[in-house]
Amino acid sequence: MAQVSIRKVVKAYEGGVQAVKGIDLEIADHEFVVLVGPSGCGKSTTLRMIAGLEEITSGEIAIGGMVVNDIPPRDRDIAMVFQNYALYPHMSVYDNMAFGLTLRKFPKDEIKRRVENAARILDITPLLDRKPKALSGGQRQRVAMGRAIVRDPKVFLFDEPLSNLDAKLRVQMRTEIKKVHQTVKTTTVYVTHDQVEAMTLADRVVVMNHGVIEQVGPPQELYHSPNTRFVAGFIGSPAMNFIPARMENGSGALRLNLPNGIVLPVPAERTARYGAMAGKEVLFGIRPEHLTEPKNLDRQNIAVFELTPEVIEPMGMETLLHLWMQGHEVCSRIDPTTPAEPGRPMQVAADLNHMHIIDPESGRVL
Amino acid sequence: MADGATLAMPRAEAPGGASLKRFARRRSTIAFLMTLPLIAVIGGLVAWPAGYAIWLSMLNRRMTQFIGLGNFEILLDSETFRMVIFQSVFFAVTAVILKALIGFWLAHMLHHLPAKGQKKWRGMLLVPWVIPPALSTLGWWWMFEPTYSSINWVLAIFAVPAVPWLGEPWWARISVIIVNVWYGAPFFMIMYLAALKSVPEQLYEAAAIDGATGWQKLRYVTLPMMRNIISITVLFSLIVTFANYDIVRVLTNGGPRDLTHVFASYAFQVGVLAGNIPRGAAVSLFMFPILAVIAFFVLRGVNRRTKEEL
Amino acid sequence: MSATTASRDAPGIYHKAGSLRSERRWALWTAYASLIVAAIIMLAPPVYMFLTSIKTSAEIADLGGNPWIVRSPTLENYRALLSSPMFMGFFWNSVKVTLLVVAVSMVISVLAAFALARMRFWGSQWLATGVFLTYLVPDTLLFIPLYQIVGSLGLLNSTWGLVLVYPTLTVPFCTWIMIGYFASIPKELDEAALIDGANWMQMLVRIFIPVALPGIIAATIFAFTVSWAAFVYPTAFITTPSEMPLTIGVVSQLIRGDTFAWGQLMAGALLAALPPVIVYVFLMDYYIAGLTAGATKG
Repeated sequence: MAQVSIRKVVKAYEGGVQAVKGIDLEIADHEFVVLVGPSGCGKSTTLRMIAGLEEITSGEIAIGGMVVNDIPPRDRDIAMVFQNYALYPHMSVYDNMAFGLTLRKFPKDEIKRRVENAARILDITPLLDRKPKALSGGQRQRVAMGRAIVRDPKVFLFDEPLSNLDAKLRVQMRTEIKKVHQTVKTTTVYVTHDQVEAMTLADRVVVMNHGVIEQVGPPQELYHSPNTRFVAGFIGSPAMNFIPARMENGSGALRLNLPNGIVLPVPAERTARYGAMAGKEVLFGIRPEHLTEPKNLDRQNIAVFELTPEVIEPMGMETLLHLWMQGHEVCSRIDPTTPAEPGRPMQVAADLNHMHIIDPESGRVL
Repeated sequence: MADGATLAMPRAEAPGGASLKRFARRRSTIAFLMTLPLIAVIGGLVAWPAGYAIWLSMLNRRMTQFIGLGNFEILLDSETFRMVIFQSVFFAVTAVILKALIGFWLAHMLHHLPAKGQKKWRGMLLVPWVIPPALSTLGWWWMFEPTYSSINWVLAIFAVPAVPWLGEPWWARISVIIVNVWYGAPFFMIMYLAALKSVPEQLYEAAAIDGATGWQKLRYVTLPMMRNIISITVLFSLIVTFANYDIVRVLTNGGPRDLTHVFASYAFQVGVLAGNIPRGAAVSLFMFPILAVIAFFVLRGVNRRTKEEL
Repeated sequence: MSATTASRDAPGIYHKAGSLRSERRWALWTAYASLIVAAIIMLAPPVYMFLTSIKTSAEIADLGGNPWIVRSPTLENYRALLSSPMFMGFFWNSVKVTLLVVAVSMVISVLAAFALARMRFWGSQWLATGVFLTYLVPDTLLFIPLYQIVGSLGLLNSTWGLVLVYPTLTVPFCTWIMIGYFASIPKELDEAALIDGANWMQMLVRIFIPVALPGIIAATIFAFTVSWAAFVYPTAFITTPSEMPLTIGVVSQLIRGDTFAWGQLMAGALLAALPPVIVYVFLMDYYIAGLTAGATKG
């Protein structure tokens, strides 16, 4: 019974700047929701309003069916993990985890049981007597999570918890967080600017930009059918290519005129979907993984054309090509065995089954 | 219940009636109560006496009659007081310049030492600053004593004739400055040392690679990085030195012939010892405009500093 | 080609390295020479005070020999002082006033600093500036009106008068130090404490004070030093020897008439200076860190 409801929530600062512009979001019990977006998009403000660290200008936030707008953080039954961990430097790991329970006057043996249980889940039992200073970044992160777990709150709130860790540890802790959530199943709201984190952790991802929610959905849905140009560009790495193009109607079939004189046939099944754009300028969106060396040519809707790579980045399992198309950089992911040389034109294949067409005026993906 | 509650959700009343808004309002009240003792000290023991001093300074000697700026006029007309002004300014400016230079030099020398030995040396050089100045000045007084002067004994080894340290006005002035510099230079030293340590080593490395000599590093890296802390320390010390009382009181007590009095010791002489409270208050108040100007610059420096930190 | 360049430059580099080393050695010698001279000057007065304090009056009066040498050391001066009820009275007055003032100052400044650093309220900015300005007001500007005020309260010639006015010397700077320390505690720490269920007092006592302990120590040392060394106020307010603290007691009462008991005077001054010196020996680093916090931050 710990769903979180956010209704028409606005956060305005003095001087009228709106950090959050009326968002609606329902988070189900046991769900792991990730708020993701660039810095300044309002995701942290939203989280802090759920926590009660920021006042809500208008709208309502309810936790477990109770509107909490007027409740101070300590009575909201939430726990939060901060980016810089916010461990109390003068307390041992045990005391850090026990602090919230001590203040709530839990019996000593109950505190001990809970702390030891959380320590076991997080594998930090040997560290309980240490001070935070004597811990590595990853260990501190675990303690911060432990502090949240022992409280057994209605909701976990994570504010960019992995940003201070190095790349390797970040991947490891990501798995750890997911494991913990699968164990304790507490409703979780997680804020990050890293779309990989969002994709890997979330049951549902909430993409925010400029104080509004761009799209909410499971990771795969956001990846395969983004609603807006912003989501299309934000989710996925390297990012989706956007190439200005002109949609043309030629004898019942649609064609895309790209720079460099490249003409792509729009798949027949999409004719109805894009018909309204005929004769207009559009953005042609395609992910690097769908712009490859020529392969699967027997399948439908594979278009092959010639481009010149400028920069070649071998990554090991794949190679990234940066190709130029009349002033537009286009990224392509090819098999590392494919020969490629900077400045030498080569054949690339676009898998048009995965193409996107964006209306440049509204920014919507059609 | 959750599904049914979407429209009319029960509004949770915070326990103890502490809504978030009230919580914020209560926070201001608590904060105000917490600062109340501080406000009482500042208001009752600093602001109120300062205002009271202005009132006092405009009364006659028996404090029965309001005489406006009379005390100030009498003071400005007196030769003795004009010497007090001269001596205060001369003393403060000379002493602060010497303290700043010596402190900077010592800090620089300490900074050159390997970290291990630094603490030992720093501890030794800080001794003057640790002893209450009224007491260490007693030691100086004894060393300046005309018959038994141990300093003159040392000077005699180098065939320097005995110096009448406290007996002759200019020597007495110099003696007061020497003691103040001795007491105050260590403070400058630790402030500068801390500032020197805060200059990132990479800046010196970058300067060295750009071809800077030692002098150029000092001129173009060290000094600009320390400019703010130097000016704050100097201005601050100017206030403290200007208002100094202990050293003059113990060393010369204003003599010979009232020529080494500074504002504070003269105010004490006139106000407390001679019993002319209003005129003593007037003497003290002469410090005020000078201190206010210095304080303004200190505050500006400190504010600028806090802004840089943000 | 690179090989030829290297061989041509090699002697030059070698030469430079040699001069660099000698330059460094020279700088180190200058440093040591300056520091030795400075240390001699800085330490001479206390050393000479000590030498005088272990001499007999006869030896002090003897103009014949080197005054920097003690021929027949004696602890008589110290014995006389420590068994003198007057001197011990000064000592207890100093201890009493200092302890009370330190306690009062720390309570006032920690509470105020916490409120000013963390709980923004109407006028808090002005108050913080006011605290700093107050710190810049010297005691010598205020002692005459305070003399009148303390007098009207009937507290002249009483240590309680000193306990009343000393906070003007200590509170502003202690508050200033503590504001700095509290402000440097990351905001997330109080947010975590808020979520953990702490109220303001719990946050102050269980989080802020322990975390800012170095600052508390620095401020306490400052309050202690200033109260112990205070000179203007006791000189102005106290004329009865039984109520005098050490500073003014030693300066005014051990100097009797024209025949100075130099040995006893120096012994008294050194004994009076001992408590702050001891505090510094053990806690110097905290104090310096507190004082120079501003200098190292920028």
